[in-house]
Amino acid sequence: MHIWQHSFQMPNSDRYLRGDDCFSEVIEMLLRASCSAEILHHHIAAVEKLPLTTSGCPLVIQCKNFRIVHFVVPRERDCHDVYNSLLQLSRTAKYEELYAFSYNPKQNESEQVKGWQLIDLAEEYKRMGVPNDYWQLSDANRDYKICETYPRDLYVPRTASKPIIVGSSKFRSKGRFPVLSYYHKDKKAAICRCSQPLSGFSARCLEDEHMLQAISKANPSNRYMYVMDTRPKLNAMANRAAGKGYENEDNYSNIRFQFVGIENIHVMRSSLQKLLEVSGTKGLSVNDFLSGLESSGWLRHIKAVLDAAVFLVKAIAVESASVLVHCSDGWDRTSQVCSLGALLLDSYYRTIKGFMVLIEKDWISFGHKFSDRCCQLDGDPKEISPVFTQFLESVWNLMEQFPQAFEYNEAFLLQIHEHVHSCQFGNFLGNCQKEREELKLKEKTYSLWPFLLDEQKKYQNPLYSPDFSPELTLLEPNTVSFNFKFWRNMYHQFDRSMHPRQSVYDLIMNMSEQNKQLEKDIKELEAKIKQKNGQPDAVLMKEHQQSAHPAPMALKTPPCFKKEQPLIPVNDAVRTIEGSNTADNRYSEFMEEFSKAEPAVVSLEYGVARMTC
Amino acid sequence: MEFSELIKTATVESVLLSCAGLPPVRGTLCITSHHLLLSSCPGGDGQPGTVELWLLIRNVDAVEKRVQNLGWYQPPRTNDSPRDTRLAGSSGTITLRCKDLKVLQLEIPGMEECLNIASSIEALSSVDSVMMMYPFFYRPQDLRLEEGWHLFPLEQYFQQIAAQTSQWRLSDLNRDFTTCPTYPADVIVPAAVSDDTLRRAARFRQGGRFPVLSYYHPRNGTVMLRSSQPLTGPNRKRCPEDEVLLGTVLDEGERGFIIDTRSAQAAKQARMTGGGTEPKSSYPQWKRLHRPLERGRPLQESFIKLVEACNDASLSMDRWLSRLESCRWLSHVKAALSTACLAAQCLDREEASVLVHGAEGTDTTLLVTALAQVILDPGCRTVVGFQGLLEREWIEAGHPFHLRCARSAYSHARLKQEAPLFLLFLDCVWQLSRQFPFSLEFGESLLLTLFDNAYASDYGTFLCNNEKERCLCKVKENTHSLWAWLNQPEEKKKYLNPLYSHNPLVIWPSVEPQSIQLWQGLFFRWIRPSQYLDEARAEMQRLVEGNEAPAKESAGSRLSRSLSDPAARTENER
Repeated sequence: MHIWQHSFQMPNSDRYLRGDDCFSEVIEMLLRASCSAEILHHHIAAVEKLPLTTSGCPLVIQCKNFRIVHFVVPRERDCHDVYNSLLQLSRTAKYEELYAFSYNPKQNESEQVKGWQLIDLAEEYKRMGVPNDYWQLSDANRDYKICETYPRDLYVPRTASKPIIVGSSKFRSKGRFPVLSYYHKDKKAAICRCSQPLSGFSARCLEDEHMLQAISKANPSNRYMYVMDTRPKLNAMANRAAGKGYENEDNYSNIRFQFVGIENIHVMRSSLQKLLEVSGTKGLSVNDFLSGLESSGWLRHIKAVLDAAVFLVKAIAVESASVLVHCSDGWDRTSQVCSLGALLLDSYYRTIKGFMVLIEKDWISFGHKFSDRCCQLDGDPKEISPVFTQFLESVWNLMEQFPQAFEYNEAFLLQIHEHVHSCQFGNFLGNCQKEREELKLKEKTYSLWPFLLDEQKKYQNPLYSPDFSPELTLLEPNTVSFNFKFWRNMYHQFDRSMHPRQSVYDLIMNMSEQNKQLEKDIKELEAKIKQKNGQPDAVLMKEHQQSAHPAPMALKTPPCFKKEQPLIPVNDAVRTIEGSNTADNRYSEFMEEFSKAEPAVVSLEYGVARMTC
Repeated sequence: MEFSELIKTATVESVLLSCAGLPPVRGTLCITSHHLLLSSCPGGDGQPGTVELWLLIRNVDAVEKRVQNLGWYQPPRTNDSPRDTRLAGSSGTITLRCKDLKVLQLEIPGMEECLNIASSIEALSSVDSVMMMYPFFYRPQDLRLEEGWHLFPLEQYFQQIAAQTSQWRLSDLNRDFTTCPTYPADVIVPAAVSDDTLRRAARFRQGGRFPVLSYYHPRNGTVMLRSSQPLTGPNRKRCPEDEVLLGTVLDEGERGFIIDTRSAQAAKQARMTGGGTEPKSSYPQWKRLHRPLERGRPLQESFIKLVEACNDASLSMDRWLSRLESCRWLSHVKAALSTACLAAQCLDREEASVLVHGAEGTDTTLLVTALAQVILDPGCRTVVGFQGLLEREWIEAGHPFHLRCARSAYSHARLKQEAPLFLLFLDCVWQLSRQFPFSLEFGESLLLTLFDNAYASDYGTFLCNNEKERCLCKVKENTHSLWAWLNQPEEKKKYLNPLYSHNPLVIWPSVEPQSIQLWQGLFFRWIRPSQYLDEARAEMQRLVEGNEAPAKESAGSRLSRSLSDPAARTENER
């Protein structure tokens, strides 16, 4: 389904057609005029020119945030020019050309520095209780010598000496040796992450075996540990032929090896492609939609990711066993499973700040290749994959099951998704920390998190109750198939006619705000009363209080009725509340049919809102 | 017939009851004429037991039994007391599948007892005589029998219309149910058409269901009518009175739409069996639109398949989606909503009157007319207004509840006339409530209660197939009304939507497949643990209540407490 259709006519288009640079402005200006939303070039995923029609040449822009925009350009030649310039603009060759490098939010330098310091991972490990008797900070990768795609600061078992680390890293794909991702201080169990071993059919590495032993010994509560290979078994076996593979249980003492079967980035990419094809089809029947949803396999993949996280969490919470997670390179599926596992185990990651920390830790610092996966630069299309989107979708599914467990709401996830692709902030640029340092992102760009924190009111879940999940409360999601739903607000975020016409969250948010304000007022008044009761002239004061009290009440009354305000039709009697209009909806198609036969009947054809500039 | 004849074993001790999501309990099972009870005795003998289960036997849809003989030696049967059977270690499990989709398991020691209990439940649950049903025996203390039965007289509804137009009148031509056995005594008809003409027109409509007014749209004075199919038959019979009746509804040059809930093909085929549809030539002002809606057996099968799929937790994602697809339930929801929207659109946007009918005019017809009114009329979106709508458009309009809701999704019995049209209607209303969460005064819980009561109830509201039968059975004299119970202030509170705020506008839902959701609250009610969702709902309720009057009051009283002056307190609480 198309989000909205705008036919856009370019009157005297020659006036605008001067050079490519102007084009972007023209487009953005027109877009802003027509839908009060701009499309960033970086958001453009694909531009398509459709066959010429009588009204002009249709141009379809698909965005990475799943918005689809239709233009009708009256002249084919103009359309072609627009098409070409859009293609060029959406393909950036160098990082320095990305929006983040020119974006200026009017912050001074110290604010910029402070913004980048908002999330401090050393602080985060401290919160987890690391370093401690078993785990320590290793300086082995201080200069990115051992592993280029890992951060500088890595936490490893105290018993893992430098030679072991070096040896182990040589035995792991891309040098990504086992390191600590999350430490559960109650169970003393750890989530560790790495890449696949270079075991081939028979190779072994004593240092790597020592490394794993060190990890399991660092957990005093359980002598065995789990090794989770998040790939399907077949894929892992195929990798052996290329000298890679998986751990042989015979060579490692006390490990329990488990495949969990999440598909690779290519399968995920084509799955999303299929999903978008289905959801982008106009006038879909319920059955076409469901069978499309099924054959895309998208929800199956989401379920697989969440199932893997549940497996990990059970090992830690039930058996107090440490878990080592890897896939092939240890930056896609491994990031998904480790971060979701930590989210299920630790309620801190269900707060707004905690979620930022989680993304910084398991995604950004451990080298999820945001640049390649989100196609920030014009690169290999085979590297694009919606791995991070799947992570957000898994979190959304958890939010649906546990409406009170998360401090943040759906809008927060959508906003993060938006900015992963917008390239407006520096956080997600590049593929790993080393690259980010070379780009000097902290000096040249801004961090997203302070901006999100500033507007955190928008992202708060009014139903959140911190009591629901005290520290380290485990979430035990039910991963039966029917619990997974199509995420309409993600894939049809801009298709307003499909959304509920009234937002429960907004209303509840307002109410809880007002309640808080009332509580505050009461406390203030109580304090005043106390103060005044202490004073000698009580009679005079009482009068004062009586008059003082009703006043704030009266002041507070109007906002209580706020919820009714959006329901009052705004001078357009035909329109119903919040965009509910027959013309928004599919059943108006029925009308076309008899409107044609009956010219007396007014046509309510679905469709094309004409726009003149 | 005596109920006691059907009960072979009345009590069994030490029965283990288990149902999904609850810890199993052991207790004494007891069968009465209408109920299955299980009480546990926590403190041993002498102490009163707690009732763990109180199940209306009418609610049982299917009984499945499985007996096993654990002992290797089976004593000879002839002089065998039940005690001995038990010693031999035989036992049985009865699975009760209920009409409200709940599933219970009873583990009963003793094979004999197990089989007896099972056959007693089976016999009691399939008693078909209306007069033997529980509502005729149910006598709650705090309700009066006559309460709630005359809350929504058609007279009152007609007065609202009469206040705006004089083109309609209330006719009691059907007072003895001879003109149309499935219509109520009173119907609203065009003022210009005589009862005599109506009687003749009725002969031209299946079951005598001539076109009557269903809804008057006050915004522009258009109307929605409903009827059954005309009996044109293979010879294309005409009926001048029917043509006059429909003709009077429209002014000179005005257009109307006939929404036929069958496909054009099906409507044409109906001619072979004496039915048919209005030909353009005889009704020149009316334009026919065919919107096929599923009904009857395919709809029941769709319901059965959906429930089957929902109960299978082992399904992989692909299997689940493909079964959700192949049961087609959501397609039916979409089709029903779209057709109702079309009817509403004709009235509100095209400013044209509408006649809705299918074949008999008692199923899909009512689905469309009732749903269109929820969409158009804010009055139908309140608790009381919705009850009035159900009374007018489903119960009095002659939806055969007794036939359609005789069996639910689990029954193994051969399908007769069962079809979940009412459930489909409730599902569509639920979809509306999801898309317009502030516009309906009632919440999901009312819809669930209505579903439960339509299939098995303590109350007489949904008994019988039409008003005529209700009169014969003296339902209104001898049973309690569901509405009387629902409208008690304490009870009503449970069904209110805390977010409701009157919305005077038409609510146009989205009917895109992405917007149609599976009603988890119904289909997974007994399957998925709902603790977190319930808590969230309670929290929402708390926030809303905190925001409304009580907050101010409590704020007031808290303050006044600290003031400790009686004069100040009254001042603040005011």
